[in-house]
Amino acid sequence: MAKMPKPDELLAATPAAFPKEGWMDTKPDFRPGSFCYPAKTEILKGLGFENAHDWAPDNEDWELPANWEQILYNSLQDALNKHRSLKVFMDCCVRCGACADKCHFFIGTNDPKNMPVLRAELLRSVYRKDFTTAGKLLGKLAGARKLDKDIIKEWFIYFYQCTECRRCSLFCPYGIDTAEITVIVRQMLLDLGLGIHWIMNSVNDCNRTGNHLGVQPHSMREIVEFLSDDIETITGIRIDPPWNEKGHEVVFITPSGDYFADPGIYTFMGYLMLFHEIGLDYTLSTYASEGGNFGSFVSFDVAKKLNAKMYHEADRLGSKWILGGECGHMWRVVNQYMATYNGPTPAKMETPVSPITGTVFKNAAATKMVHITEFTADLIKHNKLNLRPERNDEIITTWHDSCNPARAMGLLEEPRYILKNVCNNFVEMPEHTIREETFCCGSGSGLNAEEIMDQRLRGGFPRANALRYVHDKHGVNWMGCICALDRAALPPLVDYWVPGVTVSGLHELVANALVMKGEIPRTMNLRQEDLANPDPDPADSEEA
Amino acid sequence: MTIAFAATLLILIVGWAGSALGLQYLLGVILPLVAGAVFIIGFIWKIICWAKSPVPFAIPTVAGQQRSLDWIKPNRLECPWTTPAVVGRMILEVFAFRSLFRNTRAELTTIDGAPRVTYFSNKWLWVFALLFHYSMLVIIIRHARFFLDPVPCCIAVIEFVDGVFQMGAPRFYLTDAFILAGLGFLLLRRVCSVRLRYISLPADWFALFLLIAIAGSGICMRYVSKVDINLAKDVIMGMATFSPVDPSGLGAMFFIHVTLVSALLIYFPFSKLMHMGGVFMSPTRNMKCNTREERHVNPWNKPAHFHTYAEYEDDYREAMIEAGLPVDKMPEAKTEA
Repeated sequence: MAKMPKPDELLAATPAAFPKEGWMDTKPDFRPGSFCYPAKTEILKGLGFENAHDWAPDNEDWELPANWEQILYNSLQDALNKHRSLKVFMDCCVRCGACADKCHFFIGTNDPKNMPVLRAELLRSVYRKDFTTAGKLLGKLAGARKLDKDIIKEWFIYFYQCTECRRCSLFCPYGIDTAEITVIVRQMLLDLGLGIHWIMNSVNDCNRTGNHLGVQPHSMREIVEFLSDDIETITGIRIDPPWNEKGHEVVFITPSGDYFADPGIYTFMGYLMLFHEIGLDYTLSTYASEGGNFGSFVSFDVAKKLNAKMYHEADRLGSKWILGGECGHMWRVVNQYMATYNGPTPAKMETPVSPITGTVFKNAAATKMVHITEFTADLIKHNKLNLRPERNDEIITTWHDSCNPARAMGLLEEPRYILKNVCNNFVEMPEHTIREETFCCGSGSGLNAEEIMDQRLRGGFPRANALRYVHDKHGVNWMGCICALDRAALPPLVDYWVPGVTVSGLHELVANALVMKGEIPRTMNLRQEDLANPDPDPADSEEA
Repeated sequence: MTIAFAATLLILIVGWAGSALGLQYLLGVILPLVAGAVFIIGFIWKIICWAKSPVPFAIPTVAGQQRSLDWIKPNRLECPWTTPAVVGRMILEVFAFRSLFRNTRAELTTIDGAPRVTYFSNKWLWVFALLFHYSMLVIIIRHARFFLDPVPCCIAVIEFVDGVFQMGAPRFYLTDAFILAGLGFLLLRRVCSVRLRYISLPADWFALFLLIAIAGSGICMRYVSKVDINLAKDVIMGMATFSPVDPSGLGAMFFIHVTLVSALLIYFPFSKLMHMGGVFMSPTRNMKCNTREERHVNPWNKPAHFHTYAEYEDDYREAMIEAGLPVDKMPEAKTEA
């Protein structure tokens, strides 16, 4: 990673004005730090992308296949035939500009091509030339331009500078969804053999090992044993979660970031403690060990391929329904695509019912998959959990709505209800930055690669800025979220823009507050930091 | 911008010159008929072209609380899960520009030497967009009086309300002022805002100039260079009933106006103005947000090719057994040596 300028300098270095020449005449800039590393040829070949080849983004020649124009034309034609959304989005933008300053990348870079309208025009201009009469006849006058190799480079830069957060689509009077356009352009680029390592490597690992991080079954079990050791240290309770066992009511699937990296692991410990406490009849799976879906960032077909494992495994294990962990894009896929991709569900699966409260999750009748915050909120509402929120008293927390649970699902109140029950101090960030208008962390859609840290910090600036406001005004020192990419991406972002704020998942806070049957008095939180309000020692109270 | 202005001017001059050169019949009867046909056929063709592609996935943009647990209040209109609720969302979108109402303005500032961004509610675009579109609608409805005989009373009512601030004759219509105000604002922001200037294509300017010219010529015809209204009605009625009446007695302004309107009708189906149809077909707005409850079917769904559990177990069987993980298939016992 290149050395980063100080926070105050980063945005000060942003160009104040747009380029003098029009956007069709400006060329993309390939300085180090502005682009992601290319995907490995053998990985793309293995995933069936025929035109995979060796290339480097900062080389002049990308060694595209000889018939690259024909490949792209076919690819775009195919996408237009398959997606009404693309046709409508290509034809009916009026360039009103309402989307312009809604994009976190535009706010953080002031690069005009980061305005969603212009990002889409990068494709639209080519579409007009090849697929509309006006474009064919009038060319540039009709906003059309002839495809050339520089446009491919421009697409590579700018469609990997969109996190598919869909904030712009909320404000667009026609609901034009840049995420849809971004996925399709990334798919077109893959057809030319152009992909990024961070995404395609994860896809490949997920396909082979069951998870993005390539954790193999025995290591996974080992990692979770270490986490169980930590739980034992903190609570005195030994948990030995079932793995790949048949005949349990529920399969639990969460993103691999949750059992692999700090601070996700604390959230994972939280799940284990909760399930143990309520006696949930569940199993983990090493095969379906990934909730997330990096395929969904680049291709509908690849997304479907990775997603297929969930039902396949639920069927093999004979489970009735699937409980899903805290993740963002995972829930875009589960909520909006999974039933379509790989449904109808296996015959043995049933509409989810909470075995603890009897609540029927009718809203998940087709997918048979429940979000853990829906599940836990229901437990709390029915008084099934003994909670001691005082344990989280040194925390003044705010809530980051992750893009996909917010704008692809409407999961807004469930996590807040839980948060308010496990933390005594909760402060909302300012309006226009939360709930459905929430800002992305700047690293979503597979852009949490280290090599583009400059871009990520700029893209994360609007989120950090809102956090800074409540940090300064209300002393907020904690930010909860329900997205594994957030848990990976926000800590460096927050350290950079708003030092002094900790990022965590929701179930870490739940488990901190959860009073478990037979536990020792808690003196530490899940991070094994001393509690400001440790539990009273029963021995002390007996003496008194 | 210059090109778009020149193009509008050219159409205007064609209308004026045509009427001066005795082409009244061509401009006043044939052109509008052709334009009307192009508009209707083009509009339908475009909708069919869109509709031919399927909607493979349910991708509504959710803008409010989902329906999950009974005790959490869902947002029926921002996260609609029934068809009537989707219709409600669409009505709000089409008639009240719901999404545009959300508009905010982000302003980058420096506070205590550190960069900050602040958001302000920004409803001007919404106000003037509504003003323009509704004025346009009322004006089109008012024009129906030229196509219908007798004039239905609902049109008379609209005319009465629109002309409630009567100041002498002819009656002054509010919408005439509003449409110019609306278009003026839309033009002005495109000129003044750096961002909008940067993203604007000739087509964006052309649509505005053309609409301004149409409104302007219409207003002129009404208040300044008056035309024979009765003859105009005869001509238009004749056209609408395919029994043309000679229009040569009408003033030049009539032909300018009609030529501009014809240009708009011909241009419409091939331009961004098709957002009029597109707004109804946007899958992020017109779909139900009940995607976990009801399966949406993709007509081109292909069979899934994925790494199955059996293949996975084949890859890792020994390691799994060693780690104490259950397996489906025990390794074949090594045949005794």
